[in-house]
Amino acid sequence: MNPKKRDELGIGGINKEAGSALKNFTGSSRKGEKPQFYQDTCINCFFCWVFCPENAIIIDGEKIAGINYDYCKGCGICVNECPVKHEPLPLIMVEENIEV
Amino acid sequence: MAVMKVLSGNSAAAEAVRQVHPDVVAAYPITPSTPIIEKIAGFIADGQIDTELINAESDHSAVSACIGASAAGGRVFTATASQGLAMMHEILFIASSLRLPIVAAVANRALSAPITIHADHSDSMAQRDCGWVQLFSENSQEVYDNIIQAFKIAEHPDVKTPVLVGMDGFITSHAMANMLLEETADIAEFAGKCIPAYSLLDNENPITVGSIDISDHYFEHKINQLQGMKNARRIIKEVGKEFGDRFGRYYGNYESYKLDDAEFAVVLMSSSAGTAKESVDELRSKGEKVGLLKLRVFRPFPYRELKERLSHLKSIAVLDRAVSPGSHGGPLFSEIRSSLYDLENRRPLVFPYIYGLGGRDIAMNHFRDVFMEIKEKSAKAGEKVGEKVEIDTEAAFINLRD
Repeated sequence: MNPKKRDELGIGGINKEAGSALKNFTGSSRKGEKPQFYQDTCINCFFCWVFCPENAIIIDGEKIAGINYDYCKGCGICVNECPVKHEPLPLIMVEENIEV
Repeated sequence: MAVMKVLSGNSAAAEAVRQVHPDVVAAYPITPSTPIIEKIAGFIADGQIDTELINAESDHSAVSACIGASAAGGRVFTATASQGLAMMHEILFIASSLRLPIVAAVANRALSAPITIHADHSDSMAQRDCGWVQLFSENSQEVYDNIIQAFKIAEHPDVKTPVLVGMDGFITSHAMANMLLEETADIAEFAGKCIPAYSLLDNENPITVGSIDISDHYFEHKINQLQGMKNARRIIKEVGKEFGDRFGRYYGNYESYKLDDAEFAVVLMSSSAGTAKESVDELRSKGEKVGLLKLRVFRPFPYRELKERLSHLKSIAVLDRAVSPGSHGGPLFSEIRSSLYDLENRRPLVFPYIYGLGGRDIAMNHFRDVFMEIKEKSAKAGEKVGEKVEIDTEAAFINLRD
């Protein structure tokens, strides 16, 4: 991202660029942890999709398909809301740099 | 043709609002500004104006509603006082930083505790740094004229900054005084239309208002905001002159009274200027070279102009109707003294006085005492350049029972 100079900014801090999130990936604000999704144990209740504050749960028809890490901020609400409470869990928090 | 009317400051404010005709008024009426909103509600009920009146559940909500209406592109007004203005505090910053040209009338009233409903400037002074232009009015006529001009100043494309118009609670807000009421058509024409810098309701050009800045852009946005206040210095004078050319009453940053050849002067704001003028006349008749400067614009503070205008004086008494606990004198004193520091050869002595807290009277004999006191101190201090002046400049309290 390129910081703008004063005269490049509009009046009153107004953002005139609608849809700027298309190029500003807010997932960059994740701090160390992210949710990991396992489709085989998911019951497709859609709770995670309903509660995700960033609309970062990817769906495919009537099934949960994964997590959009471009916008996932790592809050863990999906993991908390997931009603499956016995292992193996469909959603767990993992360290950012570990691919499982 | 203008007509002579006998109106209270509150009625004068309401008449100005009727004639300027805002789209939205949102308020939570509070003493002593309540009659402004009551009268506006009356004008709406009588069909004289079709302004949307929002009766909010608090002052915080009232000014928030003003922000919404102004961001939507409307001309917006509110009125408040004292605790109400204090409750608006955090939202006042948002209004100014979003560059929304809201106009608010403030019937200046002391802050609790102890609770009181009477005048002083502590409510406006507490909002000193919130980024609003601040005008102060001496009487009903000035309330009326200032509110009309406030809309034009706030909404000017180079300013787009909200304006507070102060008047002394009860002393000005409720006391009746003769004043000229202009024709509605003339005022409407003078005020013009509010052309917003942006509008939330403009579907063709969608915007985000109040989005987050982290350390990457906050500083730039904040300094850009100050440009509106800076431009207001010029626009306040332009609007004051245009108003004068049209209606015969000229306005600038201040009004001076017998100041040109004065050696000793009082600087103050709002209603006490009337008594001060009488006192100046009385002392002049006895041969004393005294004068008055009544400040109209507290923000943006006209420091360059005041430096020139006050430079010839031997000593100045700055009368604050507010305390800034722990500071050297009141807020006005700090500004005036700071403005004069840049003078090259000799600086007038500046003495801080605090008066009129909670509506305490200030009478002619008090002004007489102040003038004589600063004259005496001035003589004691001598006038030699560079000489160390051993003089007490602790704030003095006028008409306080010690």
